[in-house]
Order: sequence, then structure tokens, then C-alpha cells
Amino acid sequence: MRLLASYVIGVIFGLGIIVSGMVNPAKVINFFDFFGTWDPSLIFVMGGALAATLIGYRFVLARPEPLLATSFKLPTSQHIDARLIAGAAIFGVGWGIAGFCPGGAIPAIGTGRSDVFVFVAGLLIGIIATRLIIARLGAPNTARRAPSPNKN
Amino acid sequence: MVTTFTPIASLAGGLLIGLAAVLLMLALGRIAGITGVVSGLFFASDLADWSWRAAMVAGMVSAPALVFVLSGEMPQISVPVSGGALFIGGLIVGIGVVLGSGCTSGHGVCGLARLSPRSLAATLTFMAATAVTVYIVRHVIGG
Repeated sequence: MRLLASYVIGVIFGLGIIVSGMVNPAKVINFFDFFGTWDPSLIFVMGGALAATLIGYRFVLARPEPLLATSFKLPTSQHIDARLIAGAAIFGVGWGIAGFCPGGAIPAIGTGRSDVFVFVAGLLIGIIATRLIIARLGAPNTARRAPSPNKN
Repeated sequence: MVTTFTPIASLAGGLLIGLAAVLLMLALGRIAGITGVVSGLFFASDLADWSWRAAMVAGMVSAPALVFVLSGEMPQISVPVSGGALFIGGLIVGIGVVLGSGCTSGHGVCGLARLSPRSLAATLTFMAATAVTVYIVRHVIGG
């Protein structure tokens, strides 16, 4: 049941990415090209997504627990540190260069386009290498316990 | 390369993204942060931890085929940058989303919806960084 739910949720997410245009790097980069071929569409994507999630989370998080899991796995840290800001800035640079972010690129894999695979290859190498390096710097032999990216 | 302003489709797509995020929280109690979902595929703690992520990714990857079946066309994707830029950009994104503990979906949608100060700081930062990068690439370097 969990797997079916996860799959369907993935399909809905992917549909949203496609319908919204987030799957299209030209459209994403144009959103940030204020002095060039500006396309404001992304504002509506964020607006729609935020509206749905803000309202939906109110109801869902008022429940004692999720439907198919024992508890909510919510990030607890509230601390804004240099690592967060540096990471976000670095992410922004990469996003501006490629026009793909993780959420935009993963559904795009399903088109079979080789340029998407090129981005995803870089993405996966970047993610895995960074987590391994962080783990190694933190404590050797604990690559499995590298900090989870959901620590927001 | 000009793209068309699509307020209705973008809003509809955004609502779907939000719906997926809400459903994931309702079903599994998790943030729909794609960075975390994908990263966890390679650092899963056990089979249960891995399998829901694999199923969700499988669903995401299935979406273009569904769009093709429903509309007769594959999703429109125009890549205005070189293969090298895609790879390097991907690498940099990968480094940034791990250090920054999330991306557009995790921070920009889910984190903001939770009124997280960390996510607000992250989102403002990556939006600004992306804008500056695009400006430099498009209008300074002229790529």
C-alpha cells in the first residue's frame, strides 16, 4: 500500500512538474532572466504549490499520525547557519547554469532525452560525493550516517 | 529563446505539485523534498526506507509517458545550454542541495508551507543566486 501510494504521489508530482513547465529548462531560466526573455510563469507554479500545501498541511498535520506510517518525519532544526546559506547559494548557481533542479529533472528522465541524463549524472555525482565527503569529515567509516538533506 | 507566459497551466501544475506534497505528508508523514527522496536512494537505512523512495521516483519518471498517452505529445523541453553546462550545473546543484539540506520542492514549497525560517532563508538565497547566475550567463558572458 505504501509503495502504491508513493508511486501515485510520484506520478501526480511529475504531472505537476510537466503541466507547470518546471520540466522545461528554457522556461525556468527565462523566469530569472528579468532583463531578457522574462517569463513570469514560475510565480504561478510557486503560488499554486504553496497555496495547496499551506492549506493541506494545516489539515494533515493536525492529525495524530499519517495514514500509512507511524509518525510524521518533520525536520526540527530552526537554526539558520552558514552551511544552509552557502548550500542554497551554490544550488542557485547550478540551477541558473543548467535550468534543471532535482524536482524538475527526475520526471524529465521519463522522456528519454540524453541531455536530461547528462544533468542527472552530474546531479547524482554531486549529491553522493558531497554526502560521502561530509560523512568522512564528520566521522570516518560512517558514510551511512551522513546528514540527511531533509534537515531543514 | 522565448517561452510563452502560461499562468493557467503553471498554476494548475503548481496545484498538482502541492497536492502531491500534501498526499505524501498524509500517507507517509514526509516532506516532499526531491533532494531527500533521491539522495535517500543511495544512503537508505533499510529496504523499507529505500523502497518508498524508489516507488515515488518511478512514479515521477512515469509522468511523461502518461502525458503522452493523454495528449499525444511528449512534454515540451527546450534545453538552451550545452551538455557541458548541464553536467557542471548538475554537479553544482548536487553539491548545493546536500549542503543546503533541500531544493525548490523541499524548501520552496514544503518548508515555506510549514513557515520554516530556515526554508525562507534558503529559498530567498537560492532564488537570488539563480537570478544573479542567469544574469551573468545571459548578459555578461553572453552564453
